[in-house]
Amino acid sequence: MQPDGQDQDLLSLYQSIILDHGKSPRNTGRVERHDCSSEGRNPLCGDRVTVTAALDESDILTDLKFDAKGCAISIASASMMTEAAKGLTTDEVQRISDAVRILCIEKFSGEDINGFLGETLSARLESLRALSGVRQFPTRAKCALLPWQTLMACIQGNSTASTER
Amino acid sequence: MTALAHVSPESKARKFDIASVRADFPILRRLVHEKPLTYLDTAASAQKPQSVIDVIKNQYENEYANVHRGAYWLSETLTTKYEDARESVRAFLNAKSDKEIIFTKGATESINLVASSFGRSLKVGDEIVITGLEHHSNIVPWQMLRNQCGVELKVAPVTDDGDVTLDSISKLLSPKTKLVAVAHVSNALGTVLPIKDIAKLAHDAGARILIDGCQGIVHEDVDVQDMDCDFYAFSGHKIYGPNGIGVLYGKEDILEEMPPYQGGGEMISTVTFDHSEWAELPAKFEAGTPPIVPAVGLGEAIRYVSAFDAASVSAHEKALLAYGTEQLQAVEGVTLIGTAERKTAVLSFVLEGAHPHDLATILDRCGVCVRAGHHCAQPLMDRFGVSATVRASFGLYNTQDEVDVLIEALGRAREILC
Repeated sequence: MQPDGQDQDLLSLYQSIILDHGKSPRNTGRVERHDCSSEGRNPLCGDRVTVTAALDESDILTDLKFDAKGCAISIASASMMTEAAKGLTTDEVQRISDAVRILCIEKFSGEDINGFLGETLSARLESLRALSGVRQFPTRAKCALLPWQTLMACIQGNSTASTER
Repeated sequence: MTALAHVSPESKARKFDIASVRADFPILRRLVHEKPLTYLDTAASAQKPQSVIDVIKNQYENEYANVHRGAYWLSETLTTKYEDARESVRAFLNAKSDKEIIFTKGATESINLVASSFGRSLKVGDEIVITGLEHHSNIVPWQMLRNQCGVELKVAPVTDDGDVTLDSISKLLSPKTKLVAVAHVSNALGTVLPIKDIAKLAHDAGARILIDGCQGIVHEDVDVQDMDCDFYAFSGHKIYGPNGIGVLYGKEDILEEMPPYQGGGEMISTVTFDHSEWAELPAKFEAGTPPIVPAVGLGEAIRYVSAFDAASVSAHEKALLAYGTEQLQAVEGVTLIGTAERKTAVLSFVLEGAHPHDLATILDRCGVCVRAGHHCAQPLMDRFGVSATVRASFGLYNTQDEVDVLIEALGRAREILC
């Protein structure tokens, strides 16, 4: 099939970093001594992700793992999430999570997001920027966001999360 | 005798010519993502022929009024058309009487009607038998009934090729069985169940049988008297009709004994604050203003499909299934799920190294519409150890060229993903 505009959209969705994390996800499994865990589901497609995390007394995410059944986008998002969020405070994780949401859904530029996050956190976002390919595929934004919704639920002490609420 | 033959004697049948059939469906002329639309999701919902669209449009433009109420010409005329649609459904199913045809908003409501109304006669310890390949709409209403009145739910297992054996159903039947509720055709895999034999088993055990006919009505001959089913449920939108309309067929004597499902206008004969009396069938089960326009549209859809000789439509779809199966199995890494001997034109599959959603996204950009997901049959997905499959499902307007487009698009998906 000849490359065309549709192909460009597909190639920006399935960038090599996404495929790499999708095929070889990092930090999978469960954190043995975790402080919180949450299971997220997308009831429309049956995908699910479980996040377990350990927090220290200063609310810093000291360890974070995930276990998921899902598409390349959701697995890659979860994998990159574990790398980006580890070592951050829960407040910082919230801001990164908001930034990922903006990346996936809203029409802000990379500069806008950098301004929102500040220099240190912007650096954390690096590989996650590849998720912005889902902007051309509105139904797939839920795939990218499910791990983040689940992590936020986990931190907030909710045992479940869903793309549909 | 086939169901189609009840409506249209074969001597007058329209010749099945794929080009003219495709010309009947205006949406097939459009582009999606700058590519010709390759619509392979008919099992989810079928596209509509021009005649159905015209009938719907004309009702709103020229014929619209409420039914069964107005003592004026418009209302009387549309009431006649609404009741004519019921008669078309009756003939299509070869039901004995139009009292046996209840209009609902869809098959889901049809099944819920039976669960709510017939279900009231069930008590603790009674059993309902379903199969492992049911759609959620033929699982969840029975679970809700179980939670309400303590009936037990028994599930006949699915074989490795996606079938259900008569023996496995037979083993679950006992004097406690009050209802067997099974799909005529699996929406997720296309497996055709031996409904007539299952009905006999159910009746021999003293149970009633409900058939979820959402897919069966589209691709199989349905003669409710010949198969001797007690209930047959289907949706209009899967048989090239509008959405928002469904049918529950029920044997008259059973429906007579069942209490109303919902209360409201239309379903009563008299109302006082002390007491109400129910209307006769089928009105007893049609509370409120019914889906008038969709019902008349369904009547037209039935007229449309009935115009063809059923055997030639069936041969066309079987050829698509055979060709699609062969082509798909030749793709490296593809595993077909659902390989039963008797199948409708449904190809449910997984591709190694690629999640169904990723595949569907890429196929979409090639103009190909397929369903990726659990197909509202999560227990069946669990049975096969997958969370989702890709499902390409075919209707009378699909072609072998479209199978080729699917295969080519899968090739592109493999290049991108694998």
